[in-house]
Amino acid sequence: MNRTRVAAIVLRIFYLYRGSPQRVFPIFIWVAVDILLWGFLTRYLNSVSHAALNFVPALLGAVLLWDFLTRVMQGVTMAFFEDVWTRNFLNIFATPLRTSEYLTGIILVAIATSLLSLVVMVAFAGLAFGLSFLAYGTALAPFLAVLFLTGIAFGVAAAAIVLRLGPASEWLIWPIPMIVSPFAGVFYPVAVLPAWMQAIAAALPPSYVFEGMRAVVAGEPAPWGWLAVGGGLALVYLVLACLFFVAVYRAAIRNGLIARYSAETVS
Amino acid sequence: MSPPPPPVLAVERLAKSFGTLKAVKGVSFHVSPGEIVGLLGPNGAGKTTTINMILGVLEPTAGRIAFQGVDLREDRSAALAGTNFAAVYAPLPGNLTVEQNLRVFGMIYDVESLDERIDALLGAYDLAKYRRTKAGLLSSGEQTRLSLAKAMLNRPRLLLLDEPTASIDPSAARDIRAGIAGFVEIGHCGVLWTSHNMYEVEAVCDRVLFLSRGKIVLEGDPKTLPREHGAETLDDLFVTVAHEALGEGAAR
Repeated sequence: MNRTRVAAIVLRIFYLYRGSPQRVFPIFIWVAVDILLWGFLTRYLNSVSHAALNFVPALLGAVLLWDFLTRVMQGVTMAFFEDVWTRNFLNIFATPLRTSEYLTGIILVAIATSLLSLVVMVAFAGLAFGLSFLAYGTALAPFLAVLFLTGIAFGVAAAAIVLRLGPASEWLIWPIPMIVSPFAGVFYPVAVLPAWMQAIAAALPPSYVFEGMRAVVAGEPAPWGWLAVGGGLALVYLVLACLFFVAVYRAAIRNGLIARYSAETVS
Repeated sequence: MSPPPPPVLAVERLAKSFGTLKAVKGVSFHVSPGEIVGLLGPNGAGKTTTINMILGVLEPTAGRIAFQGVDLREDRSAALAGTNFAAVYAPLPGNLTVEQNLRVFGMIYDVESLDERIDALLGAYDLAKYRRTKAGLLSSGEQTRLSLAKAMLNRPRLLLLDEPTASIDPSAARDIRAGIAGFVEIGHCGVLWTSHNMYEVEAVCDRVLFLSRGKIVLEGDPKTLPREHGAETLDDLFVTVAHEALGEGAAR
């Protein structure tokens, strides 16, 4: 893998973010809105509920962890969409650049933007509502790692879908986190779901994170075994997503889609 | 006596089908170092399909493409490292400045001493005053010059130019043709050049290939080829070939 070519992909996105507040703003704004909305809701729930459960780490923390996954996924897709919007595929792919270098570049972009978003959300939620991610103890690292790997996998798979179906299929991508969240048990234990939804939850790496998070908040030890299952699943998702992207890219080279991408042909 | 240098581009029995449509039907040709080859033909003849296959963005159904002996199918990255292209239908991202575009693509081609190379190309293509201008704000002629500057970044051994002077005024086009011819002479680069401007083709190309209905139907020196086939000019020959192709198509 050529590091200079990977750096070129990162630099292109850095140039765009540096000169464009409208690209930087969304990294923070949706997170801030979620913190305000769910922060006040959890504060209200704490005041009216007689349950021993502290809603701030259980609900607001869950929202922020889910936002983190969403930001990671969008970090990948936004970097990819920049090439879609500027119809840049021919320029990019008629070069020595390898698919692995391109994917590594946009994943590095996602790491940078999601970490920036994470720092802001932790600081804001801590200052405004007293949420400390330290409440999750040592389990915080695997929580973030599993969500990060899953977000990258979702982002790469989403990019492959847009590459296959054309620019207009972008609208299919934005709701993916929203569609997955009811199955992942972000706000409630997976046990409350019907059996068929529980089966889907078992195949989703984030569900292990949120089950683990609720266990830690309830004062139980972190379920390391289940987190390891979640981590393993997330790695499988990531490998499958990369293979999916490469397969779609190769098909696009076979049928000429890369060269006439804006035609949105699905043959 | 030393053997002749290998061609910078060797295309052997190249074919491409889209379903039942045979867009390119087993064409073979080569481009030698220091040679400018014109790829001519009416719309739909298969020129862009052929160029896309050479650029590695379209997989051939059959045949082989090699750059200085490196097979494109076997090592795509190494094969494409010594090529570059400019095409009217592939403008550089309009939301990056001229300099940013050259830097990003210079890094993708892993160009050494990139700062100096960018400065030299900005000067050569009269783009220095637009260094910090977004590419999308340039006129179409300026964007074409930027695409050509990008195409020269890695001092390619093979340059693919698809109507490179289409949006440029005659004076600038003449300068650009001279610049490319000079680069070919100094750098021992080969060029595959498509154009519908027969005056330009005659002025620039050492050899032309007429492509019609996916096949090479004529090949030769653009200065002598018309008379060899009973035409006054290259323009007349082009029209004759195009009409024959249409007639052949209608007969089928």
